[in-house]
Amino acid sequence: MDVYLPIANLSVNGLVIVALGMITGILSGLFGVGGGFLTTPLMIFYGIPPTVAAASASTQVTGASVSGVFAHTRRGGVDYRMGGVMVVGGIVGAGIGAILFRFFQSIGQIDVVINVLYVVMLGTIGTLMAREALQTLRPTEKGVARAAKKRRHHPLVTALPLRWRFYGSGLYISPLAPLLLGVIVGTLTMLMGVGGGFILVPAMLYILGMNANVVVGTSLFQILFVTIATTMMHALTTRAIDIVLAVLLLLGSVSGAQIGAKIARLAKPEILRLVLSIIVLLVALRMLFGLGYRPDEIFTVVGL
Amino acid sequence: MLNRALLLVLCFFALTGQRDPILVPEVSQHEVQVRQGFTGTELLLFGAILDPSGARGGRDYDIVVVLKGPTGAIRVREKERIGGMWINANTTDFRSAPSYFAVASSAPVADIVDERTAAIYEFGLGFIQLSPSGTIDPEEQLKFTEGLVDLRRRQGLFKEDMGGVKISEQVLYQARIALPSSVQTGTYTAETFAITRGRVIASAVAEVEVKKVGFERFIELFSQQQAFWYGLIAVSLSIFMGWLAGRVFAMI
Repeated sequence: MDVYLPIANLSVNGLVIVALGMITGILSGLFGVGGGFLTTPLMIFYGIPPTVAAASASTQVTGASVSGVFAHTRRGGVDYRMGGVMVVGGIVGAGIGAILFRFFQSIGQIDVVINVLYVVMLGTIGTLMAREALQTLRPTEKGVARAAKKRRHHPLVTALPLRWRFYGSGLYISPLAPLLLGVIVGTLTMLMGVGGGFILVPAMLYILGMNANVVVGTSLFQILFVTIATTMMHALTTRAIDIVLAVLLLLGSVSGAQIGAKIARLAKPEILRLVLSIIVLLVALRMLFGLGYRPDEIFTVVGL
Repeated sequence: MLNRALLLVLCFFALTGQRDPILVPEVSQHEVQVRQGFTGTELLLFGAILDPSGARGGRDYDIVVVLKGPTGAIRVREKERIGGMWINANTTDFRSAPSYFAVASSAPVADIVDERTAAIYEFGLGFIQLSPSGTIDPEEQLKFTEGLVDLRRRQGLFKEDMGGVKISEQVLYQARIALPSSVQTGTYTAETFAITRGRVIASAVAEVEVKKVGFERFIELFSQQQAFWYGLIAVSLSIFMGWLAGRVFAMI
């Protein structure tokens, strides 16, 4: 089924794009991440111009996270106060990201920057997740209970001034911590064309020390609003959102998200995390290959 | 200088003294419409070579057709390995690089004309006039030109087809040239050259307009002129589809 994309200016096989959306949708339903880290590189690999791929992926992540947010809201899994603070940070971050994007584009290094970010972020997080998942999978020795965690959140978090109560997360910390986290994730969202869930979820668990029950819901809540902001930002600045491409991706991802959520109820969470970490590491390795060994193209062309 | 002027004068006499054939070119489509389901198209460039006397050409002609897309200024970047990492290092600008360039001929160009003529008429991917404006070093320029040509050739935007023109009975010629779906919109020019004994003796130009129509045109304009509403629609659409999927799957 051939579909012509009016903004990307080329025709693609529609079913391939729907399948691509489906894969990311399943990931987002399973793990509570948007899956942009997988769609954007795969679309570029398929031949879609990088800017169009990143812009349209942010639209798709919005769709994939909506149903998740509704589902988590119903069972009280969203800390709105925490989410709100992060959204504010995220929108500021998206603005910073847009400025950085322009800057790196003007000096001609945007593709290198994106590649480096992918390798560093995905490599680090993938390794951490894989290690943690393997540790929990290893049979625990009898009689030896695991040592209780000494501290709930990172010492830097406690050092920040001003304290708010976040009831849903069970925390009494400075709002500056989630705000800064939001800014960082928002910047990456704009630069990498990802939702940022794969950074947000571990950061909320291990840096902020949030209650695990509200982590996925709150992360999806933040992703939803920040991707809405990035979509608008792309519409107004890069003008690279291809609505036909976005609809195809959405068709796959919204249904994939539902299927993913069903599978998530059946599988063991440790196994799921191990699978996710393997996927993340594979993407990172592919990027590293292009960066360090042989790039896909030596010569690239931009219009003046 | 004097020699060259003399040559020109000689050429003038040589060309006009001879009875030149007439070239009547035609293109299968003067307008290519890019709409939903467009997967590229194939243009048929055909025509006839006639003697002024009305009789058929009768002599050995070779035909070269050059189809060229809209030109534009571009910047080409070259990646280099610096400190174990491939990053963009050198750049060169080209002021008039065609977005599409295809050459087809009835015989290998090298057998029809000398290299100088081939360069003047851009008979081949090696002879595209790009007007570089960055580095002056010819070696550097050549490297960038080759890089650009190689890249666009693999994208199906630059092509060379020696033997792609079929001539029947020394009168009719035809060539098929494919446009991929990723062609840029704008005015394309199809130039046809009749060559005999190493000289271009007749040429004619036909134009092809490639444009987006209908829904595709509407989307393109909408995203440019009403950026805010376009973004808002994209957002609403994604929220609606996400919500709908949730409802549908809740029922199953």
